Amino acid sequence: MVPSRAIGFLLPLALSCTALLAGCDMVVLRPSGYVAQQQGQLVVISTLLMLLIIVPVIVLTLVFAWHYRASNTKATYTPDWDHSIQLELIIWAGPLLIILALGALTWIGTHTLDPYRALTRIDSPRPLSIEAEPLKIEVVALDWKWLFIYPDHGIAVVNELAIPVDIPVHFTITASSVMNSFYIPALAGQIYAMPGMATTLHAVINKHGEYEGFSANYSGAGFNGMRFKLLGVSAGEFDSWLQKARASKDELTREGYLELEKPSERVPVRRYGTVAIDLFDLVVNRCVDSRAVCVRHMMMGGHAEPARTVARAPGREADALNLIADAAVCRADGSLATALASPVYRD
Amino acid sequence: MSENTGFAKLIFGRLTWEAIPLHEPILLATFIAVAVGGAAVLGLITYFRWWGTLWRDWVTSIDHKRLGIMYVVLGLVMLLRGFADAVMMRAQQAISFGDSMGYLPPHHYDQIFTAHGVIMIFFVAMPLVVGLMNFVVPLQIGARDVAFPFLNNFSFWMTASGAGLVMMSLFVGEFARTGWLAYPPLSGIIASPDVGVDYYIWGLQIAGVGTLLTGVNFIVTIVKMRAPGMDVMKMPIFTWTALCTNVLIVAAFPVLTAVLALLSLDRYVGTNFFTNDLGGNPMMYVNLIWIWGHPEVYILVLPAFGVFSEVVSTYCGKRLFGYASMVYATVVITILSYLVWLHHFFTMGSGASVNSFFGITTMIISIPTGAKIFNWLFTMYRGRIRYEPPMLWTIGFMVTFVIGGMTGVLTAVPPADFVLHNSLFLVAHFHNVIIGGVLFGLMAGITFWFPKAFGYRLDPFWGKCSFWFWLIGFYFAFMPLYALGLMGVTRRLSHFDDRALQIWFQVAAFGAFLIALGIACFLIQLVVSFMRREQLRDTTGDPWNGRTLEWSTSSPPPAYNFAFTPIVHDSDAWWDMKLRGHARPQSGFIPIHMPKNTPAGVILALLSAVCGFGLIWHMWPLAAGSFALLVVGTIVHTFNYDREYYLPADEVLRVEDARTRGLAAHG
Amino acid sequence: MADSTATLGPGRAGEAQAVRFYDSGEHHPENGTLLGFWIYLMSDSLVFASLFAVYGVLGRNYATGPSGAEIFQLPLVAVNTSLLLLSSITYGFAVIAMARKRVGGTLAWLAVTGLLGIGFVGIELHEFANLIREGNGPQRSAFLSSFFTLVGTHGLHVSFGIVWLVTLMWQVAGRGLIAANRRRLMCLSMFWHFLDVIWIGVFTFVYLMGTLP
Repeated sequence: MVPSRAIGFLLPLALSCTALLAGCDMVVLRPSGYVAQQQGQLVVISTLLMLLIIVPVIVLTLVFAWHYRASNTKATYTPDWDHSIQLELIIWAGPLLIILALGALTWIGTHTLDPYRALTRIDSPRPLSIEAEPLKIEVVALDWKWLFIYPDHGIAVVNELAIPVDIPVHFTITASSVMNSFYIPALAGQIYAMPGMATTLHAVINKHGEYEGFSANYSGAGFNGMRFKLLGVSAGEFDSWLQKARASKDELTREGYLELEKPSERVPVRRYGTVAIDLFDLVVNRCVDSRAVCVRHMMMGGHAEPARTVARAPGREADALNLIADAAVCRADGSLATALASPVYRD
Repeated sequence: MSENTGFAKLIFGRLTWEAIPLHEPILLATFIAVAVGGAAVLGLITYFRWWGTLWRDWVTSIDHKRLGIMYVVLGLVMLLRGFADAVMMRAQQAISFGDSMGYLPPHHYDQIFTAHGVIMIFFVAMPLVVGLMNFVVPLQIGARDVAFPFLNNFSFWMTASGAGLVMMSLFVGEFARTGWLAYPPLSGIIASPDVGVDYYIWGLQIAGVGTLLTGVNFIVTIVKMRAPGMDVMKMPIFTWTALCTNVLIVAAFPVLTAVLALLSLDRYVGTNFFTNDLGGNPMMYVNLIWIWGHPEVYILVLPAFGVFSEVVSTYCGKRLFGYASMVYATVVITILSYLVWLHHFFTMGSGASVNSFFGITTMIISIPTGAKIFNWLFTMYRGRIRYEPPMLWTIGFMVTFVIGGMTGVLTAVPPADFVLHNSLFLVAHFHNVIIGGVLFGLMAGITFWFPKAFGYRLDPFWGKCSFWFWLIGFYFAFMPLYALGLMGVTRRLSHFDDRALQIWFQVAAFGAFLIALGIACFLIQLVVSFMRREQLRDTTGDPWNGRTLEWSTSSPPPAYNFAFTPIVHDSDAWWDMKLRGHARPQSGFIPIHMPKNTPAGVILALLSAVCGFGLIWHMWPLAAGSFALLVVGTIVHTFNYDREYYLPADEVLRVEDARTRGLAAHG
Repeated sequence: MADSTATLGPGRAGEAQAVRFYDSGEHHPENGTLLGFWIYLMSDSLVFASLFAVYGVLGRNYATGPSGAEIFQLPLVAVNTSLLLLSSITYGFAVIAMARKRVGGTLAWLAVTGLLGIGFVGIELHEFANLIREGNGPQRSAFLSSFFTLVGTHGLHVSFGIVWLVTLMWQVAGRGLIAANRRRLMCLSMFWHFLDVIWIGVFTFVYLMGTLP
């Protein structure tokens, strides 16, 4: 019986749909950031476009399944009819048209919502002024917590992020050990955080509030606890938040980072009042540890020196020396410009 | 962790007593159950003195029909394991909220979700698909066997060995905790130093050899061994999809072999392909694994599409609508499946133009797929539909798969994917297409061809029960996941802070329970059908009024399939023969050239498994020794030129006479 | 001889046409060994294609280690290449001898091919050993990992080819140039030439282009 057959699977489907329609805190469809909002709209529009074909197909399937059942001897039976040019044209053309529309939407949408592309609007009605400087935040995915560095403000915080409402943000993202994915559903789409590489995300938060952030790519034992909060705040609240961080006695030196890098789970919020110079750059280049060779130097051509360790001067002097060594220019022919041998990280 | 030293280290590598999980209650209980069950099975075989038959007629058999059945048995057994993993995950996710941590710590949960994916794809779906193709394709093209029967046997045992290794990880050591594709750097030696990823690598490499050889085998079979008169546009549609599937296998699996080999070099030798330091690039792994991974899902679904084509035209009593169109659609899907792989990692930062290109190619694939759905629809139109269980599975597929396809095209829009990637929405999508497409197709195919394989039909009542539990269970299990994905919940979590989500997971767990009932009904169906086999007996060989050549043989077919090779004049060759009043030959038989059974396949595959085990546990002498034996064994096998025999004409006559008498008795 | 016939439907009583539905003779499908082996070779090309792709992506990642220019000894590679290309020619002579049904000639040319192959593998092993001794083994950098793996995989294939060649020589000596052995010789022929083609790719993309800055 078609009715009971239909109820069998349409009912849970309908229930889910009702819940969907009721909103049900579906942050992907009702986010608080402009970028995420456009992405959510794309989800809805694409779905509606496709339902244009999907609904008739499902209806036809059930109608034919019922009408042409063997026991319905009144239905026409044409056992050798297997071909119709007109039908074939419709069958191929219909989906093709929908896909053309979706394809256009895809091309435009993907370019507009490219995470690497700077924002041009704060939200739908308001364009961004040309002088607006995005807030720079540097993100490091560690095992298993998130480090947020505010390079222009000289502070860093673990597992908490604050952004003033309606101010565009430019995230630069990396990871320390394995691939993660930086995702705050209310704010914008996700982007992978990868060791030795930096990805970029542009976003803006339009509503005051507290939002969930997490890693969207499984990264090991502490994955469950790799969550953080995004605080969408007013300008004044942002300043006090920065102040709170600056007031902290904790310093994110290179040693402090190496300590933080060690595996830990469900780490409580921690604030750092000072951050080592160019720390994020060193993290991306995987040479926070002064014994390691920065990735950017490894890529610059060959240099036939066997791997060996070099004794390092202790303390800050070492940092300075290392910076010089790290800054040593690899010439186009592959030789080093300074006399300092390039130390290679040895286990 | 105690480590071996000295001589013990040489022999046992890193295998110590601690690798046996005696302190894990769930594993211990499973092991006891498996041991008791296994002992019971071994005892039964001994009691009924079946060892001889088992060895002669099954283990060493090169008969595609026997191998097909063994593949399906392997797939169904592994389904129970993979589903048990699913139930464990659903249970954990239904209870682990706030302060409650559930019963599975992440260390175990993470192995379970990895094993669930690996087993379901490689050791359930692949063997079931390959099993159906094995059993059906030679019969459908009017051939006696496949092109390389020994390789066929070897392929099966390699797949079984891979499965065995993965199962062994349950009781000796651990499995990987990386997800089913084991991305580095997480799967590299630094983040995953233990044996888990090695079990993964060697299990898949060994099974992969088997699959690749199957691909070669079936392409040659279909190209070279079709009955006279069967040109390609008269081939059954299932054979067409099998051909395209095997082309995909040959063109995709080598990439998997290469990338897993590179990962194993990183882990064993210390190379730097996918490491973070010294120049490695993990993104290369992601690209290579998905260049294999996307064609893989088409390898799974195309045969299912082929099954639906056969089932629909048979049970609607009507020619398949748009045969040529179906063929072109299948070929287009095959080619396009190589142009979409990047849609699995839009979020890795490839840039808008690259992302758009792959998004659009992905959408283009939905056009031929949609055409197929319409063609099935119009086969039903003005047909006379008989609702045997395979037809129910087909209707279920047509409704369910299109929803999954829709969510697939949705996630093919890169900005939409940015908010849905790796969420439970994605998990719902791929289960939607794999269960709605592949699994429903396999259930339909198993039910459809069961009488041909065993001589009696499956009990329809329990088949229908199984279908309804699976269908309704699927919706309860996965529709909530779509909602959860839209609520921003990501995958592979074993604990949640937000209690508001719990109800959704409880509904999903209920769905899993319904599916469990569906599986139970299927198992009951097997038992009940066996007990009622006389009432369900297929006496004619053509229980469904079928259209293709396999239905012209007896059920089950004789070892040689066809006493005389059929000559084909039209597509739906058997239908054509019935329509034009063919007469079955009853005399004048000649000796038939047949391949001999061989133990070489199982021996070489077992040696491979031993080698794999040695490599996993760093038991270098064992690995080297078994590898040497493998090479020597292969060489020795090639010295055997005596691989065929002639089945005498009077033996053929005896078999055919028995069939003649049977047909006369039952009409 | 059972020849099934059938008439075409009631309306055509006048023109009873014999339609055969069964082949009454012994139906031997065409032998598919060579096609099958060819398809296997195509799949093997994909393995190499993946390794070339990896080399393409990682081949300049020297990680402060040596570049190709610094470690490749092109004269030695030239000798190596000549040995391998020559071995393809000698295998061709072996196939000609096989076509002329000359067991002795076949075996002789196979032996020469095998020796040239052993020479090739020997030189390659020598090259690898030197590099490893200098500290430039496959662990040194991604470039070296991909170099060793690509060239090494090719070398492994040649080594297996040599084992196969020796086995086949034994089998030809034992059973002569029967159909099965001829098929095997043709398969090995395809394999050997295929390795030659891959090597041309290797020395072009790895050795020659690798020495460019």
